[in-house]
Amino acid sequence: MAVDAVARLVFLGRLADVAGRAEDVVACIAPLGWTDVLAWLAAHGGTDLADAVGAARVRVALNGAVLADKAALLLVAGDELAFLPPVSGG
Amino acid sequence: MGTAQVRLPIAPFDPAAQIAAFTRAYPASGGIVSFIGQVRADDPGDANAVEALELQHYAPLTLPAMQVLADAVLARWAVDGLLIVHRSGVMGPGEPIVLVVAAARHRRDAFAAADYAMDHLKSESWFWKREKRAGVWRWVEPRAQDAADLARWSQP
Repeated sequence: MAVDAVARLVFLGRLADVAGRAEDVVACIAPLGWTDVLAWLAAHGGTDLADAVGAARVRVALNGAVLADKAALLLVAGDELAFLPPVSGG
Repeated sequence: MGTAQVRLPIAPFDPAAQIAAFTRAYPASGGIVSFIGQVRADDPGDANAVEALELQHYAPLTLPAMQVLADAVLARWAVDGLLIVHRSGVMGPGEPIVLVVAAARHRRDAFAAADYAMDHLKSESWFWKREKRAGVWRWVEPRAQDAADLARWSQP
């Protein structure tokens, strides 16, 4: 199902403002690593977005599990990748 | 070990009704401690007063992590029951945001469990907060005090 060869990106908190949208989809014909994702964000959302998402304080969750090491990311079709800025709840 | 209930409502809730129902469910507990966090109402004359507060959650993470926290509270403190209710969505001044209720045989465990749960909810749960002042929404950055409150529990 080539038409579905995409992964979903979710921008939380202020990152949704920077992105101008809460969600996006990225073509994922081959697995994408963390630097691939940042490069795609820079190309599709601008360097401000790539810088904001790439900040050290931003954590990422792959399919609902927070990654201990962003560099170890391997994003494949059907995945959901969420960008999590520092929490400020309660 | 006690039992926990964790809820993530997206509409206003009534803390008094929740506390009453919870208390009835634990007649053997001698002490019930509750904490309610509400949206602070600023001075009505303040042109920069908070008009609304929004808490955003991420479904795959937020409620599961609240459940993990509840289980940690049950493992750490001798409580019979624990209730955690945390709003998501847009709230106005005076509206409840969070409710934590702990039931224990003795009061100190109930106080400690509620305190521990709140400190961890404030600084570790997956919520993003923004405030509307003078018609403008702004995201709220993490507070150093929240991190300090959390650190109290890991000191030797």
